[in-house]
Amino acid sequence: MKLDFEHYQSAHCESGVTSSLLRESSLNKITEPLAFGIGAGLFFTYVPLIKINNGPAIAFRTFPGYIFKRTCNALGIPVVRKKFSSKEKAEVFLNEQLEAGNPVGCQVGVYYLSYFPREYRFHFNAHNLIVYGKEADNYLISDPVMDKPTTLTSYELERVRFAKGALAPKGQIYYPKNTVEITDEQIKKAIISGIKKNVSLMLNIPGSFAGVKGIKYTGEKIKKWRGKLGLQKAGLYLAQLVRMQEEIGTGGGGFRYIYAAFLQEAYAYLQKEELLEISKMFTQAGDLWRTAAVQAAGIYKGRIGSQEDFNLMGDYLIEISVLEKDAFLALKKIKWQ
Amino acid sequence: MKKENVPQDMSSLGKITKEVCYATDSSGKYVTELSSGWDVKINALDVAWKDIEERKAKAKQQVLNNEVSPLLFFMEYRLMDIGILSDYTGFWKWQIKRHLKPGVFKKLSDKKLQKYAEAFNVKVGDLKTMNVHEA
Repeated sequence: MKLDFEHYQSAHCESGVTSSLLRESSLNKITEPLAFGIGAGLFFTYVPLIKINNGPAIAFRTFPGYIFKRTCNALGIPVVRKKFSSKEKAEVFLNEQLEAGNPVGCQVGVYYLSYFPREYRFHFNAHNLIVYGKEADNYLISDPVMDKPTTLTSYELERVRFAKGALAPKGQIYYPKNTVEITDEQIKKAIISGIKKNVSLMLNIPGSFAGVKGIKYTGEKIKKWRGKLGLQKAGLYLAQLVRMQEEIGTGGGGFRYIYAAFLQEAYAYLQKEELLEISKMFTQAGDLWRTAAVQAAGIYKGRIGSQEDFNLMGDYLIEISVLEKDAFLALKKIKWQ
Repeated sequence: MKKENVPQDMSSLGKITKEVCYATDSSGKYVTELSSGWDVKINALDVAWKDIEERKAKAKQQVLNNEVSPLLFFMEYRLMDIGILSDYTGFWKWQIKRHLKPGVFKKLSDKKLQKYAEAFNVKVGDLKTMNVHEA
């Protein structure tokens, strides 16, 4: 069985899944940047005590699951979300939804995701894809980061739905409960609430290592990495930072470009001139993140590596922290009426 | 980033699918543009894999020196830490730490070895030889 579903490629898995699952309800109005922005997707955190793949735990986006949940909430769309302890029940439920005509979002781990190139398969469990049918033993998969739809056998899908480790998906499945019409008025309200939420996340989150101050904190830390970790390990850490920032699904510049695109789309709904100016600030932040990535690459490729090179790397992040703080403060000041 | 500056360096992902990037057109408006990869991140991924290869080689030598059980080699091979391995096998972390001792590993029951083989997606026989036959 194959549901009537059109595959759209996007930059980021969760905002792509959200946008695709809401296409029918929203008559294609909820684009990927709108889903990302309404879902308050932009973030930064560096958790120094946790290690991922023997490197630093760094994220440029909000917590997994948050974008879909917030976007649907803000638009008044009821959501069904289920986790399973039994693999059999998880598959039965999936099949029932397909029979009922619902394409569904699934959280999966990428380690055993067979259509990904091996080099990209780490134990990362917060990937998202859509299942939109089943033919013989093959599930029809729309993975938003791929240019074309693909398939997974029932065994392959079960294995990624029940991947283990941090953020284990536990067969998690989610979809909008029913198709409700989304009005422009609702979209406007949802945009404003998404911006407010993101302002609060980036400016007010407690602790020193998250939000805009987390970027500065990381910049300060990087300056010490060379002395503390040695050149080789410090290079490995920087490579991990760059991968979190630029690898599959960020749209470039640690999601800053998607956010800048969101603000332009927000302007089309709300006609606040400030949004266009602030969008440019996020473009600038994305550009600066990429400049920093080039500096990092110089270090992990061994082309440069003096303490001054690390200082410059750290200073880039401190500069970004100031820029993003100004941008979020400017968003905070907008009078929405 | 301007649309024309979206990098097009061929990555291993680029051979399978291009990635969507957000970039600005000549009027400053955001559009999507496909990228086949960027050297900066291709190198970052290479660095990560080079490290994994080194860890694997080191673990293999430690196993051959009888300092540690072959589990360590397979953990490096499958990029697993003790937490992930514990989740996949159902063993407690302290049990896995014990099983990392060569003497303890040698006496493990077939049932326990089978659990490890499943977690690593290899055959039980591979666990002792460190020759991997992809299941």
